[in-house]
Amino acid sequence: MKGIRKMLAAAVAVAALAGGSVARAEPYDDGVNQRAYTAMKGKKVAFVPLSMGFDLTQGWAAAMKVQADAMGYELIIRDPNWSTDAGAQQITQLISQKPDIIVVHNPDRNAYARLLKRVQGQGIKVLQVNLKSETTTEAFVGVDWYKIGEHQANSVVEACKGKSGKVAIMQGRVTDPANFITVQAVKDVFAKHPEIQVVSDQSSEWDATKAQGIAATALKQNPDMCGIVGLWDNMDVGTAAAIREAGLTGKVFLSSSGGGRKQADCDMVESGTFDEVVIYDVARQGRDLNAAIAFLLQQDGEAKVNPFALITPLKVVTKANLKPNSCWQMEQIPDLVQ
Amino acid sequence: METVTAPGASKVSVKITQEWIVFALAVVIFALFSLILRGFATVDNMLALVRNVSILGILSVGMALSILGRGIDLSIVATMAVSVAWMILMLGEGVAPPTAFALALAFVVLVGAANGFLVAYVEIPAVFTTLAMGGLVYGLGRFAMISVDIVNLPPGQDWLRGFGSGTLAGIPAPVIVFAVVCVVAYLFLSYAKAGRFVYALGDNPAAARISGVPVRPLIVLQYVIAALIAFCAGLVMTANVDSMNTRIVNSTLVYDVILVVVLGGIGLGGGKGGIRNVVVGTLLIGILLNGMTIMNIPFLMQNIIKGIILLAAIVADTLLNPRDEQTSQQGDI
Repeated sequence: MKGIRKMLAAAVAVAALAGGSVARAEPYDDGVNQRAYTAMKGKKVAFVPLSMGFDLTQGWAAAMKVQADAMGYELIIRDPNWSTDAGAQQITQLISQKPDIIVVHNPDRNAYARLLKRVQGQGIKVLQVNLKSETTTEAFVGVDWYKIGEHQANSVVEACKGKSGKVAIMQGRVTDPANFITVQAVKDVFAKHPEIQVVSDQSSEWDATKAQGIAATALKQNPDMCGIVGLWDNMDVGTAAAIREAGLTGKVFLSSSGGGRKQADCDMVESGTFDEVVIYDVARQGRDLNAAIAFLLQQDGEAKVNPFALITPLKVVTKANLKPNSCWQMEQIPDLVQ
Repeated sequence: METVTAPGASKVSVKITQEWIVFALAVVIFALFSLILRGFATVDNMLALVRNVSILGILSVGMALSILGRGIDLSIVATMAVSVAWMILMLGEGVAPPTAFALALAFVVLVGAANGFLVAYVEIPAVFTTLAMGGLVYGLGRFAMISVDIVNLPPGQDWLRGFGSGTLAGIPAPVIVFAVVCVVAYLFLSYAKAGRFVYALGDNPAAARISGVPVRPLIVLQYVIAALIAFCAGLVMTANVDSMNTRIVNSTLVYDVILVVVLGGIGLGGGKGGIRNVVVGTLLIGILLNGMTIMNIPFLMQNIIKGIILLAAIVADTLLNPRDEQTSQQGDI
């Protein structure tokens, strides 16, 4: 027994020595990995969303935090809570803190346009997400709103084949650029189809209750309506409620769009609330944001970067192609971007 | 329902009040829409019309109660959104419905009582108290109680859906809830001792106090009732669209509510008006919204039309009932 113990102790000692010697050796350098680590370590990345607390921004923030923690840079989040003024103030304050990158979620095309130029003038790189400002900066990660509108309109045209051709557009806020661009696309498509007649084109301020009211009224006037284009999943549940109450589920095709959160999108497709959802996958956007951040942090401070875009591919989910992993849940985000 | 005439007011038996102007305006627009819009004057559309403004109407009843007692409750929308969002979040986490309901109700009563306490005992003006309380409730709710701003109603909560979807004898549930809230508030204001005292309080708090009205507890009660009505509106809203969007706190809903109350003819100075005024104000907004939706008028144009009609109502009132030292009250805006 004693002999065995001695041998074990010796083995442990050898292993410890060996381990110690490995730890003391220079880290493995393949010529670029160490450069990447040092370029990112200790840097500061700031994020100014429209507001925290909704699925898109919570998802992006969770994704960006994963890489920030892994690479040892700091992620600063400033929450303007839907106020453009507060957002502009926070960006201005950030300038004095000198972060290396500011990730900006624009409320519209103009609000921060001049401010972003000023930020760039200070040598801070600007990464815009999901909605681009008039000012083109180093990078853009996000969706092509026009394509979403085109797809939704075409789906509705398809669903209306051989039917009345009466359709409705449920807009969010008419001044929102995402809304504006999408509706432009929808109207462009409908203009090519003379059989389509837009009987209701109203705005419900992104509010499900208002959408419910408008859709209920429009459906009472046009019970033979064949399709509705909705512009945001969380608002379109109201439109869907109106369709359900009018007893027209399955007869009125409802197309919606959103960030792919399970409760907001896939559950709704599964329950038949939406006939299709065009998804810009937030987890995918989170990975793209991380790639763009990693790329930008490894550029030399003053060197000019050619503006680049990582455009989010669209995922169309219907009952026919719905899979358990078609959508994501908030707690899965860290795993999905790892 | 009769209004309490201020001492010294003229004793003209038929007075063209703002309520009548708005009512007449509503009738005229209604007649106009019935003539020119196919499918407007149908029972179905009438029910949809009232249904679409029932949440606004319910909230307006709560606001009217606080304004009648010479107060105002700007925290009404925050209370509604946070309490109900918290409740359905708890339901989603598997809390038993009675427990979740009771907790949310307790929260609402607490908020109302806190408003009332600050106004009645600490004597902070209602505008500031409730404005700050709205911010506090929303901030606290979003920080500590609700992690996402839109909470979806979990499947299977049929007891809750009953508040906002489905019909009873052909009448949509939200309309029934609105009617019940109106009737209860009417009975309270007309027949309950506390209800009559609300008018006394609104008309002249000092006189009410000297006459022995328990003014401070009454103010607390008034805000608790307003908060309870807000909770009720929240239940209808959630049941209506299967979710609660706490972002509604940032919307103009609270101004719309004040607009309905003032448009109906309830003076911001307190003590003047009743539930009938709320119903009239709600109906005018409802008719306008419904008609313009049927006509598919663009959103910005709708705002212009709405603005013009509202201004017309107020101008007509000012011309027919000019303000003077006798009719204007301190605190009237």
